[in-house]
Amino acid sequence: MIINHPLLGPRDMAEFVYKGDVCLIDRPDGMQEGIEAFHDYLHLRDNPAGEHRELWYHEQGDRSWLVVTRNTLTHEITDVALARDVARERGRTR
Amino acid sequence: MHYSAFRIFKEAMTGNRGWKPAWRDPDPKSEYDIIVVGGGGHGLSTAYYLAKEFGQTNVAVLEKGWIGSGNVGRNTTIIRSNYLLEGNQPFYELSMKMWENLEQDLNYNAMVSQRGILNLIHNDPQRDAYARRGNAMRLSGADAELLDREAVRRMCPFLDFENARFPIQGALWQPRAGTVRHDAVAWGYARGADSRGVDIIQNCEVTGFRIENGRCLGVETTRGAIRAKKVAVCVAGSSSRVMAQAGMRLPIESHVLQAFVSEGLKPIIPGVITFGAGHFYVSQSDKGGLVFGGDIDAYNTYAQRGGLPVVEDVCEGGMALMPMIGRARLLRMWGGLIDMSMDGSPFIDRTDIDGLYFNGGWCYGGFKATPASGYCYAHLVATDRPHPTAAAYRLDRFLRGAPIDEKGQGAQPNLH
Amino acid sequence: MSEQVMTRDQVTREHSAAPAQTARSTQANRISGGFVDRARTLRFTWNGKQLEGHPGDTLASALIANGVRLVGRSFKYHRPRGIFSAGSEEPNALVQLRRGAAQEPNTRATTVELFDGLHATSQNHRGSLEHDLMAVNDLLSPFLTAGFYYKTFMWPKSFWEKVYEPAIRASAGLGRLSGEPDPDVYDHGFLHCDLLIIGAGPAGLAAALAAGRAGLRVILADEDFRLGGRLNSETYTVDDMFGADWAARTVAELGSMENVRVMPRTTVYGAFDHGIYGALERKTDHLPSSDGRPRQVLWRVYSRRALLTAGATERSIAFGNNDRPGVMLAGAVRTYVNRFGATPGRRVAVFTNNDDGWRTARDLAARGVEIAAVIDSRGSGPQQTDGLRVERGRRIIDTAGRKGLKSITLDNGARIDADCLAVAGGWSPNVHLTCHMRGRPVWRDDIAAFVPGGDLPPGMVVAGAANGTMTLAAALRDGHEAAGKIAADLGRAPGSGSAPRASDEAFAITPLWHVGESRKRAWIDQQNDVTTKDVRQSHMDGFRAVEHLKRYTTLGMATDQGKTANILGLAVMAEITGRTIPETGTTIFRPPFTPVPIGAFAGRARGKDFRPYRLTPSHKWAAEQGATFVTTGMWLRAQWFARPGEKGWRDSVDREVRMTRSSVGICDVTTLGKIDIQGRDAAEFLNRVYANAFKKLAVGKVRYGLMLREDGFAYDDGTTARLSETHFVMTTTTANAVLVFRNLEFARQCLWPDLDVHLISTTDGWAQFAVAGPNSRALLSKVVDNVDLSNEAFPFMACTECTVFGGTPARLFRISFSGELAYEIAVPARYGDAMIRGLMKAGEEFDVVPYGTEALGVMRIEKGHAAGNEINGQTTAAMLGMGGMVSKKKDSIGSKLSERPEMNREDDLRLVGFHPVDRSMQLNAGAHFLNKGDPADMAHDQGWMTSVAYSPELGHSVGLGFLKRGQDRMGEIVRAYDPVRGKDYEVRVVAPQHIDPEGKRQHA
Repeated sequence: MIINHPLLGPRDMAEFVYKGDVCLIDRPDGMQEGIEAFHDYLHLRDNPAGEHRELWYHEQGDRSWLVVTRNTLTHEITDVALARDVARERGRTR
Repeated sequence: MHYSAFRIFKEAMTGNRGWKPAWRDPDPKSEYDIIVVGGGGHGLSTAYYLAKEFGQTNVAVLEKGWIGSGNVGRNTTIIRSNYLLEGNQPFYELSMKMWENLEQDLNYNAMVSQRGILNLIHNDPQRDAYARRGNAMRLSGADAELLDREAVRRMCPFLDFENARFPIQGALWQPRAGTVRHDAVAWGYARGADSRGVDIIQNCEVTGFRIENGRCLGVETTRGAIRAKKVAVCVAGSSSRVMAQAGMRLPIESHVLQAFVSEGLKPIIPGVITFGAGHFYVSQSDKGGLVFGGDIDAYNTYAQRGGLPVVEDVCEGGMALMPMIGRARLLRMWGGLIDMSMDGSPFIDRTDIDGLYFNGGWCYGGFKATPASGYCYAHLVATDRPHPTAAAYRLDRFLRGAPIDEKGQGAQPNLH
Repeated sequence: MSEQVMTRDQVTREHSAAPAQTARSTQANRISGGFVDRARTLRFTWNGKQLEGHPGDTLASALIANGVRLVGRSFKYHRPRGIFSAGSEEPNALVQLRRGAAQEPNTRATTVELFDGLHATSQNHRGSLEHDLMAVNDLLSPFLTAGFYYKTFMWPKSFWEKVYEPAIRASAGLGRLSGEPDPDVYDHGFLHCDLLIIGAGPAGLAAALAAGRAGLRVILADEDFRLGGRLNSETYTVDDMFGADWAARTVAELGSMENVRVMPRTTVYGAFDHGIYGALERKTDHLPSSDGRPRQVLWRVYSRRALLTAGATERSIAFGNNDRPGVMLAGAVRTYVNRFGATPGRRVAVFTNNDDGWRTARDLAARGVEIAAVIDSRGSGPQQTDGLRVERGRRIIDTAGRKGLKSITLDNGARIDADCLAVAGGWSPNVHLTCHMRGRPVWRDDIAAFVPGGDLPPGMVVAGAANGTMTLAAALRDGHEAAGKIAADLGRAPGSGSAPRASDEAFAITPLWHVGESRKRAWIDQQNDVTTKDVRQSHMDGFRAVEHLKRYTTLGMATDQGKTANILGLAVMAEITGRTIPETGTTIFRPPFTPVPIGAFAGRARGKDFRPYRLTPSHKWAAEQGATFVTTGMWLRAQWFARPGEKGWRDSVDREVRMTRSSVGICDVTTLGKIDIQGRDAAEFLNRVYANAFKKLAVGKVRYGLMLREDGFAYDDGTTARLSETHFVMTTTTANAVLVFRNLEFARQCLWPDLDVHLISTTDGWAQFAVAGPNSRALLSKVVDNVDLSNEAFPFMACTECTVFGGTPARLFRISFSGELAYEIAVPARYGDAMIRGLMKAGEEFDVVPYGTEALGVMRIEKGHAAGNEINGQTTAAMLGMGGMVSKKKDSIGSKLSERPEMNREDDLRLVGFHPVDRSMQLNAGAHFLNKGDPADMAHDQGWMTSVAYSPELGHSVGLGFLKRGQDRMGEIVRAYDPVRGKDYEVRVVAPQHIDPEGKRQHA
């Protein structure tokens, strides 16, 4: 596979490490939420057959975390964004 | 039709005209006591044990394609019970004992071949971990031996002992492990279940569950609605897709596990060998092909095909371990979709919906678990009580804080 | 390119200069014409016999020229087998090529280029090829039908494992590996192109010309060594030229284009995601030896578009005893005659269901080969018979000739003598690569074949015969136009030139898959011995889905992957079930297109080069000292430093421990992960990634940190030093250095993107040494510039940036893994070698010793520090005795899920120490604990020993381990059960700190 890095252009998959569903960005606040919220966050997945937004890390590169939109049936990639930007869009700050 | 030496002889003498299909091809009835969703190894063995051990014969197995088209026909055929943890080891040892009696039980020769498995050791911490594991195996009644380097060399002189990047220091050896002709497992269970009255219905895809007031009353299929008192889902690889139809999210990701077979070669590898410092395991089939595999492809997929990096990684492991295979050719590669769970261990459990049961999350361990999985699942579905050896395979174990994490990798499915 | 193509003119010239057969030639079946260089003779050995051939020959064509017909044995019945095809689809002519370590089993004679000194033998027989003892299996064939294994060998029970299975296993396989390491090397390479053209037949060449002229970066790959595909095998005319000459001229033109890379001997074996193709180029397989060059190169081709012009494969017809040597594909017979100037028979019959088969009769007749008859199963067919004996509407029901065809029998009972039968069953487009992403071919009735469906791999286009365009002019046009469209698609203007011209002959076929009148066994899969009876058996037993059929009968599972067989099996199953072929199913193909050596996939990653080595900054110095090294992950670390007179590793390790504890020792600890953390929010960041508090760590201080995974289990530990308000240096364990850094970056970018914190891994940037022992302060005082090292000024857990040896920048930490008064000192990695030499020199007066990882391990076990065997990903902070460190006052990674109930059970495991009751006993890690008197089973398992060491200070073995409620069981005696080592002994539970429990030494 080839991932079109938003800063560096097309790069071979071998340079990246895969983590999983983009929902792993949405970590609950440990001072507000309980075990159940953390359990769901860490363990439960939609695991869709089709479009999947997922986290990849450019470990053999610029160390950016990326959010890749990829179809799990065809492996077609339709979007790649910096995870930091996605995280901010999802309301994460500091 | 009972298979016997006499039958083979009689048929051979009369032009092999009297054989009957190994299973019928019935149309679905409108209602069953129990519907098993998924005609793979686990689904068929579940149906078989429901009929044989628990007297449940008003049972249908619904398969969206042809039976055995999932991972029971796409694996590296290895059976072993060399697990570490209390939640796993007794279960896999039960499975091993069932493999040892399978042929007589089914009157079907699935070619169980116990030639042993070597887990190679390359450093001291690994030896410590394998000693711990081997002792756990012995505590559960399984067989395990810790071999030193010379013992491994005597057994497999073709391994690279002289020039290895990760020198071989010894191995954990389970003599009773081995291989089974994988497709025949599905066929044998199908035949056994069918002969006890189970309807095996192929080309019948479940498209939804009929759930009312928290109770599952049946399934919708491509061949119409079918009512059932109990519905037992058994579709590893597609668990998330199927259970989503019942509104459930699972602690599972789908990944592809590739496997490879070489051209047929005269016998050269005695048993199963796993190479811990690389990602490689291998055995040789009854037809002479080297059957080997490695890690899953790291990303979620339903594509049932793998990528090149893993192919190269696996072959690198193979060449590092036994450089004699360089001139053997890789003949076929294929990918099986597997449920990777959050701790690398499976589920055999009820769900929050009455009458709906779930079996999945088998990760790398599905094939070798086939007999025990079917038996324990049948036990649960028939009696509503978990079988003791499968009691830890609960869906709520992450909420309780009791993962069964053999590799200690945490909630990262692709690392298990 | 010109070196590898000879035009017909050249060949004919050379041919006329040298007589076809000298008196001494072994080549009885060599005839005129073809593209072999008769001026040169190559000698080769077949089953010990010396034979001759010429450059341009394959092993198969040379064997045919030499009149060799029997070349192998089938897998199950050990039936005699001859050459069946002329290409990579060959099921029968598998040989063992070369000798010694280079021995190469299952090699298709049809694709092996002849070279001088070639050595080949037949395989899969017991006794000689001619008198194979295993041929007895053929007599047992009534018993050995499809599925027989599954129905038998079960009685008595023990006989399967002890008798039957070993017997079956012993007869497994075809060829033999040498058992020696592969002597060749293999390379990996990467190529990028606009257009990858797969197959250099008429369509591929026309496409390459068009694409090349349009300026695309083109790669043209073909598995053959002579490009042109069927043009080399037929007598076509293209652009008013002999077809093969046109191909040669085209290849020469392509070779002159800078934007075109022509790759003969290159098989594109697989299509993968995003336009990536795998290709195998054979570099030296056509040479007597590799001479150190890479034997093969495995290319990964990154393409914007791919054009599949892989042609088509001919298939056979199933009729009685259709597997004898001499029964061949009709197109292959033409290939041997037209391309290689070798005739497979003296009197050849043709059996066809289509017009194409007639070409064989005409071409052979034109070359003076006698044609026994053309048997056309159709009533129709070409009307012009050119004086050939034609049997219309007839079928063959049987053949005779045990080791080579002698005659055929027609359905009207007529017997026709022939030593070769050319069978033309129609052509199947080579759709293989279109299926590699699970695409499904679709059926076309007019050509009676599957063609590529609509679900091609993205970026792939198919043209020519591979797309079902079965005639020459159309294929040329198809290739030309496909390339033009691709060029336009990629924004290029089409180049000059129109499609090459040729005239089309009619192509008509009336499918005939198997001759039903035939009572004899009719082969479908020749290598695996699958006959029409097996398909019938499969149907009878209920195995009717295509995939069931394949798996039950092993149809298509042989080394030829069913290239000529699958469609026949499918057709026969369709006939039995009364359905059409597309209703019965399709078979799709997986990579590789043809088998690829495992060595090629592995490339250079083998032996010591399997994975890279990471070397510590003191490695060179340690090697000079004669250190023994150990692999830890990728690192090589000094394990111990043996001195003369020491009898074993224990002597060395005990000395290193003793000397360190009594004076001073030095250990390279560079391998520990180091992460530089800077920013206004650095302290806040650390506070969130460590379970214990870090916000209030003072500048100039170090703190031990415990890191959890988000699931609350212990993950990693290490020390983090605060060098300034905004600057921290974290250390991790060696094993987790990469992973922790990855996770910190995740937290920084994805969880808290607006924290002002930056990370960089400096593991390789700093050389770090532990200096431990009571004299460590005295030693370092000689080395460190201007730092007051007194306990008051620089106490335990202090840190500072400083210089050493008069100005070299350094960092100094007062931390201790050994439990002694100890420091770690870091210098930029480039000074690491100088540093170890300087430290050792400075330490001479204290009898300083270097110590390795063994002594390091002994001292940490004596001290009760947890390491990888304890923090193994399965243990909690509470189990490690560090439950109190997990702060409840803040939200840090893992803190919430560490509160889950099952992780906080009172009766859970706890890390404790162990002494052997019998002090002479050596403890072993991995032993399980049982209460005295309990049975040895899993229900009574009490935990396990994690780490053990011999303590020179205590004079006996000590251990660490997890024991249920261990904290409450000090002094208790439990059983250490270690059956895999044959040991079972008693141990006493003690505190994990075996020495200096109060920690006086490290505070000294």
